[in-house]
Amino acid sequence: MVDPASGLDAALDVLLRDGAIAALGPDLPCDAAIVVEARGCVVAPGFVDLHTHLREPGFEQKGTIATETLAALRGGFTTVCAMPNTEPPPDSGPVLSALVERISRDAVVRVFPLGCVTRGRAGRELAEIGELAAGGCVALSDDGSPVGDPGLMRNALQLLAALDLPLSEHADDPALSAGGVMNEGQVSERLGLKGQPAAAEVAAIARDLTLAEMTGARLHVAHVSTARGLELIAEAKARGLRVTCEVTPSHLFLTEDAVFGEGPQPAYDTNAKINPPLRTENDRRALVAAVNAGLADAIATDHAPHAAEDKRCEFDAAAPGISGLETALGTLLVQVDRGELTLPAMLRALTIGPVRAFALDQRVPHLGRLEPGATDVVVFDPAERWRVEARHFASRGQNTPLEGQEIFGRVRAVVVGGRLAFQREGTGV
Amino acid sequence: MLDVAEQTASALAEPAVWRHKDLLDTDTLTRAEIELILATAEAMREVRSRPVTKVATLRGVTVVTLFYEQSTRTRASFEVAAKALGADVVNLTATGSSVEKGESLIDTVRTLEAIGADMVVMRHAASGAPYLAARHTGASVVNGGDGRHAHPTQALLDLFTLRRHLGSLEGRKIVIVGDVLHSRVARSNLWTLLAMGAAVTLCGPATLLPWTLAGRSETGSCDVTSDFDSAIEGADAVMALRLQTERQAGGLVPSLREYVAGYQLNAQRLARARAGALVLHPGPMNEGVEIAPAVAHGLASVIEEQVANGVAVRMAILYLIATARGVR
Repeated sequence: MVDPASGLDAALDVLLRDGAIAALGPDLPCDAAIVVEARGCVVAPGFVDLHTHLREPGFEQKGTIATETLAALRGGFTTVCAMPNTEPPPDSGPVLSALVERISRDAVVRVFPLGCVTRGRAGRELAEIGELAAGGCVALSDDGSPVGDPGLMRNALQLLAALDLPLSEHADDPALSAGGVMNEGQVSERLGLKGQPAAAEVAAIARDLTLAEMTGARLHVAHVSTARGLELIAEAKARGLRVTCEVTPSHLFLTEDAVFGEGPQPAYDTNAKINPPLRTENDRRALVAAVNAGLADAIATDHAPHAAEDKRCEFDAAAPGISGLETALGTLLVQVDRGELTLPAMLRALTIGPVRAFALDQRVPHLGRLEPGATDVVVFDPAERWRVEARHFASRGQNTPLEGQEIFGRVRAVVVGGRLAFQREGTGV
Repeated sequence: MLDVAEQTASALAEPAVWRHKDLLDTDTLTRAEIELILATAEAMREVRSRPVTKVATLRGVTVVTLFYEQSTRTRASFEVAAKALGADVVNLTATGSSVEKGESLIDTVRTLEAIGADMVVMRHAASGAPYLAARHTGASVVNGGDGRHAHPTQALLDLFTLRRHLGSLEGRKIVIVGDVLHSRVARSNLWTLLAMGAAVTLCGPATLLPWTLAGRSETGSCDVTSDFDSAIEGADAVMALRLQTERQAGGLVPSLREYVAGYQLNAQRLARARAGALVLHPGPMNEGVEIAPAVAHGLASVIEEQVANGVAVRMAILYLIATARGVR
C-alpha cells in the first residue's frame, strides 16, 4: 500500500464501507461483501490525469466520453481532466453545461472539464472565463492552439489570477514551429521532414513564465518536452512563482528515433507523431530526472485517440497524438524496472502531484490520497508483463507506437467513488 | 537509424543479386548492389545505342507512373525507359484522377495493383509517402522523388555519370552546393557517394544546410560548410542544386543577388576546382541563379549527359526489379 501524500508504504488491508475508505491497517476484520486479494500488488490512490482528450462532442469517430473513460478506468485512472478541443469547444457557459451533462450521463470515472481561454480556441477574443469557472472548469486551456498574442495571454492570466484558476498552456511559438511534424534535428534532417526546434517550446515557456510572474497567475505548462524548458520552470519555481508542469509517458519513454523505427529503412511511423514532438535522448533523460526530483508535478497522458484513417496516411498529413491511457502505467513500470524512475516518484506524479497542481482536492476532499474518507483506489500487479495489442484497447483510438511491445504492470482492480468499478478477470474475489 | 558510419559498413557488405521488391532510397543499398545497377545500366546504354533501341524484356509488364507533383524529365525518362524495355506504361497525375476526389494514397496504389500494375513509379510532395505505398501494395514501388527526402534514381544516374568520367570515386572530392536542406537529390546522392568512398561536401547558406548529416566513416566522409569558395578548392566534381525562388520570401536567404554572389557556380569559382572538374545539375536549372550559363553549357558540364544516362539507369532499375519479381 503506497500513498505518496502521507509517505505511507506498508503491507496493510484497506476497508471500504458506504462508498469511502473506512479504515487502513494490518489484519482488518474480513467480513466485507467483496474481498479483493492484493497480495504482491501495489494499492495506491486512483491515478489522476491532467490532460485527456475524450473527443466528444464533435469527434466521436475518434472516441467518446464512454469509451475513453473506460480506457482510463482500465489504465488505473479514476480522474481525468478533459481537454477542450472538442467541436463545439467549451468556450461559454451553455456549451460547458451541455458537456457536463453528457459527462454525468456517460463517464465511468471522474471527469473534470477544462474550458477554453479564447473563443473557439482561435486566439483572438477571450472566452467567457468567469462563466467557465463558475460552471466547474478546473483550468482553462486552448490546448493545441497556444495563445499567440502575448497581450491577450496577459489579460487571460489576470482574469484567471482573480479566480485562482490555473491556465494550462501548450507552450509553443508557432512562428518557430510552423509546419514542423517532428523534432528538428538529426532524424528530421535524415528523413527530410520539417522539424519543430526545441527553441519553439523553450521561448514560449520563457514568455509564459514572464507573464505569470507579472500577473501572479497560476501557470501550468502542459507536456513539457525539452530539457531547457524544465530548467526555466525549475528556476521559476525556485523564485516562488505559482507554476506547475506535466510530462507525458510518451516523452518519458520514447525519443525522436521512434519516427524512424527500428529497421535500417525508415518507418515514418505516424503513430510516433505527437505534439510537442518526441525529442532527443538528452531531453528524455531530463524529463525522467524531473519526475524523480518532483520538478514535474504530474505525469499526464495527453491521451489522444484517433481514427485509423487519421494515421494511415503520409507522415505530413497524419494527425498528431497517441492513445495512451491504457499503456501509461505499463511503460512507466518498465522504466521503474530499468531503474530510471523510482516507484514513489512515479506514483506521486500520478496522484497527489496532479491533484495539487489543479487544486482538485478543494473540489473532492481526499482526492489523490489513501486515507479514511478517500473513495478512489487502484490495485495493480507491478510485475505482470503483457504485450500491447491495440485491438484490445477499450479506447476507440488504436494509435500507439508500442504495438507488440512487452510492458509491465497490469491493473487488477479499480475503485471509483467507493464502488468497485473494474476488476480484471481471474483475480481473486 | 543508419548514421554515416553504419551506412558505410552496410555498403561494404557483400552479395550482388537484386532481391528488393522496391527502390525507395539509396540508403540501404550495398556497394555490390550499386555496382550491379551501374553494370546493368552500362548494358542498357549499349542497348540504347543500337539501331533498334527497343527490346522486349518487359513485355506484358505494366508500369504506372503516379505523379502527385509536377515533373518533366523524371517522368518522361521513366516512360522512355519502360517503353524501351517493352513494358506497357500508364501515366497518372494527381489532377484528373480520383486523388482529386480525396482518395487516399493507400487506396490509390491498391487500386492500381488490382488493375494489374506490376510497378508503380511515384513522386509525392510528402517525405516518406513511397514507403507507405510500398507497405500496402504487392506492386513494386520505385521512388521518383518524395518531398525533401529521397530521389534514388537521380542519385544513381549522377553516380553513373561521375563514374564514366572519374572511374573510381574512392577519395574523390564531390561538392554539392545550394539548397541542400530541402533537396531530395542531395540526400540520396550522399548515401551513394559515401558507399563508393567519396569525400562529400554539402555547401550552401547556413539556413539551407542539414548540419547534422556531417560525419566521417571508414570509406567516406561528409563535411557541411557555408564557405563555397573554400569548399570548391580541389573538387573533382561540383553539383549545383536548384534554388527555389520562394526561399527568399520564406526568409531563408536575404536576396537572390546575395545568393548569387556567395553560391553561384561560375567560371571564377570553377577555376578553384581541380583542372577538368565536372559540373553537374539535376535540373531544372535556374541559369543565372545557382549556375552561370557559361558553366552550365561549358566544357566541364555533363548536365545533358546526366539526362541521357537517366534513361539507361532507369531501364536498369526497372529491369532488376522485374527480375526480382520473376518477370523475364
